Amino acid sequence: MIVNEQMAVDHGLKKDEYKKICELLKRIPNITELGIFSAMWNEHCSYKSSRLHLKNLPSKGKNVIQGPGENAGVIDIGDGDAIVFKIESHNHPSFIEPYQGAATGVGGIMRDVFTMGARPIANLNSIHFGSPQHKKTKNLLRGVVRGIGGYGNCMGVPTIAGQTSFDESYNGNILVNAMTLGLVKKNKIFYSKAAGLGKPVIYVGSKTGRDGIHGASMASAVFDEKIEEKKPTVQVGDPFTEKLLLEACLELMAGDSIIAIQDMGAAGLTSSSIEMASKGNLGIEINLNKVPCREKGMTPYEIMLSESQERMLIVLENGKEDLAKKIFDKWNLDFAVIGKTTKSKKIELYFNEEKVANIPVNTLVEYSPMYDRKWKKTKIPKKIKIEKEQFKKLKIINVLNKILSNPNVCSKEWIWKQYDHTIMGDTIQKPGGDSGVVRVHNTRKAIAASVDSSAIYCWAHPLSGGKQIVCESWRNLISVGAKPIAITNCLNFGSPENENNMGEFVECVQGLSDASKYLDFPVVSGNVSFYNQTKNIGIKPTPAIGGIGLIKDYKNMVTMDLKEIDNIILVVGKTEGHLDQSIFARDILNEKNGPPPEINLFNEKNNGETLLKLIDKNFIKAAHDVSLGGVITALSKMCIKGKKGVLLKKPKNLINEFEYFFGEDQGRYIIEIKKDDFKNVTGILEKNSVHYDHLGTINENELIIDERSKVTIDELIKSHTTWLTNYISK
Amino acid sequence: MNSSVITFPGSNCDRDMDVALKKFGFKNKMVWHDDIELPKSDLVVLPGGFSYGDYLRCGSMASKSKIMHSVINFAKSGGKVMGICNGFQILVETGLLPGVLLRNKYLEFICMNVFVKINNKDNSYFKNIKKDTLELHIAHNEGNYFCTEAQIKEINDYNQIALYYSNLEGKVDETNNPNGSTKNIAGIFNKEKNVLGMMPHPERMIDQVLSGEDGSIFFENLINNLR
Repeated sequence: MIVNEQMAVDHGLKKDEYKKICELLKRIPNITELGIFSAMWNEHCSYKSSRLHLKNLPSKGKNVIQGPGENAGVIDIGDGDAIVFKIESHNHPSFIEPYQGAATGVGGIMRDVFTMGARPIANLNSIHFGSPQHKKTKNLLRGVVRGIGGYGNCMGVPTIAGQTSFDESYNGNILVNAMTLGLVKKNKIFYSKAAGLGKPVIYVGSKTGRDGIHGASMASAVFDEKIEEKKPTVQVGDPFTEKLLLEACLELMAGDSIIAIQDMGAAGLTSSSIEMASKGNLGIEINLNKVPCREKGMTPYEIMLSESQERMLIVLENGKEDLAKKIFDKWNLDFAVIGKTTKSKKIELYFNEEKVANIPVNTLVEYSPMYDRKWKKTKIPKKIKIEKEQFKKLKIINVLNKILSNPNVCSKEWIWKQYDHTIMGDTIQKPGGDSGVVRVHNTRKAIAASVDSSAIYCWAHPLSGGKQIVCESWRNLISVGAKPIAITNCLNFGSPENENNMGEFVECVQGLSDASKYLDFPVVSGNVSFYNQTKNIGIKPTPAIGGIGLIKDYKNMVTMDLKEIDNIILVVGKTEGHLDQSIFARDILNEKNGPPPEINLFNEKNNGETLLKLIDKNFIKAAHDVSLGGVITALSKMCIKGKKGVLLKKPKNLINEFEYFFGEDQGRYIIEIKKDDFKNVTGILEKNSVHYDHLGTINENELIIDERSKVTIDELIKSHTTWLTNYISK
Repeated sequence: MNSSVITFPGSNCDRDMDVALKKFGFKNKMVWHDDIELPKSDLVVLPGGFSYGDYLRCGSMASKSKIMHSVINFAKSGGKVMGICNGFQILVETGLLPGVLLRNKYLEFICMNVFVKINNKDNSYFKNIKKDTLELHIAHNEGNYFCTEAQIKEINDYNQIALYYSNLEGKVDETNNPNGSTKNIAGIFNKEKNVLGMMPHPERMIDQVLSGEDGSIFFENLINNLR
């Protein structure tokens, strides 16, 4: 089969990209080589549209051990311990085949983490679906949730937090982002950089089959009506094999046999071998006849591009083959020496004693295309003049009940009850709070993790939206008493070839960068998912942020449930009553224009750090960040969790009641303190120039705004918990 | 007291069980499924997880593992064998316990705290526990206990029901049945009461900062009874 330009185009390459390949090789590639180039040069693997902009993200900091560029980021948490973590998308496959797509997304991210020598200790996810009324949504939701649970539960890793949203922009492209945290000793971290010549290259794990061929290319293209035909490009997961692979790898990693290790994720054997060679600045020679195959008659092309799951590539020290084989035999996994490292700096593949590919590694990596795509700036929208007259028709309690039962605000217990969140015996804060928290096994330390995104804000003004998510992640960690350390991001956007979408990407990244620099909250790993688009309709820009924080002693952890009657409630941070793009404006007033809330990074940092001081001094009995739905929604959630009520004390000089209660100004928290501590706490707040409002006092079971506006906690619970279960059971 | 926890390929609560047993004073050993002999043990535990990926049927392949010959012999000679979750599924597959565990009634994995009512305290597992109900934790997809009418009669005749799903007050009814189990059964014994299988995980309830502490009551009591 002689390769031509049309075949290259069919592989998703552009004509000029094909021309460049021929120039680099100084000849026409063969079909296997074309497949390899198309896999390495697609958007998913090469980051060709995003690389230029990602460089601006801050990735250094005193706690960062490893930033972007490895399988996952690594941060120092003291005492020789480190946390390895990353978030990754599996959007395209999950839309085509929700169960397997979501399951293998979870499997893939866990592999990224244990490849580095870390035992996974927690999973999180951020999942986004189309409008609840859309005919596909319910089944996609069911399938994705079962897939995430099916894989994570079997692996025995708790799923401790997550985020679910519904928006019509995801009707044709759902988002499934999975995140994993692993624990490792600082001096036992493994990297993917090969070193040394003539070292054996080992294949371990499952056999290679024909599943997932061109998965990475599929994830780099826009969907059309024929998308169902792509089902065979979705990988099939086997969490049981991955559990064995995890245990076998960790057993081998306890010794000193491994030089480099890389999991076979997107673009399978191709990208794993090339990445190891590229990082080590050497060549790799592989005999494809040695690769364990599931089916007979697989061609070199298929073997190299298969995305069969649960496989790893390892460069071993010479002479350690027998020891390694014994471990993988014990766990009933395939083990094969398939090649060796060479000084050629080329990928050389042999099949039936014939050389079937011969490509200089740098042509696949350093010389891969990089584009400075055209992009359009989004102007900040004009503030909407919301007529306050229309508020007169509204009753606060009715609005509150409506917001609590909104699909994007309501309880997601139906989802997280299907995830094992308590296995490993260290989950000290379950899903449903501001962050999930797990203890560092056998220590007093604990790690908090949260995953956040705000597509509405990012869509209205990408620069502000980008900043806002970083701040929200920061607040969610602080609300449980954790000091924020670092983040991972999953950047979900439409087509980079469209200048509006590209503009959203560039400005969201700018916003992320500004906020994470200011807050000293570096980005240590991440992933970009473009082409979340069906024909010419792209999703709302949805960068998802996974934040990690450290609690030095878990006895200082804070939860959001109200604790004790007669304790005092304060709102920390100033309420201006920003309604544009709030859930109140969009869903109650049906006003979808206007700018998202402004971000004041100084206040954000100052308010957060001051709250951490108060937590350290043990003044804070409960805390919750104020986000979607404003003060009254946040307070109601604290009431629901603690099964207690609050008697509100109207702040003096109140701006309009609706603006005060439902405004989505940033940088705010609600806290519970003891009466006796009121002076101390407000003194510290004042000393640090942090604005606060005295909101009310905890009572037995009723949220009372005034004599006319009150509601029992049972009613709030009902509003909060019924929507999702009703929706799913109908 | 010596205990042994069996690790099958796919077990994933083995470490948690090891932590719990050691916390309450057992000298615990981890035993690989492919071993032939059990170490000297006063208690053998089959932990939770997805042995052999739950393929074929939950617990069925594990029940044929090499070590299970020794475990079955140990049980038949009166040794204490406890199976939690997947361990319970393995025990019914060996025939040491009657019945089967079907998929949950609502076809969903369930992870939550539940209350169980202790039905029979005349055995080394529950003797001397003062409480009548315990708050434990379940996390399973196949915990829907089922058996024939004839088996139920026999189970009742021999007082083999260990635990019922209930509410805090010990009320056993359909609203307190998380998975559709026949008669709300959460755990059962063999006739001799030396073998116990139960879906709830006591090892996840051994610390106030986790889900709760009723698991501690269970383990503390168990080691005292075995002493």
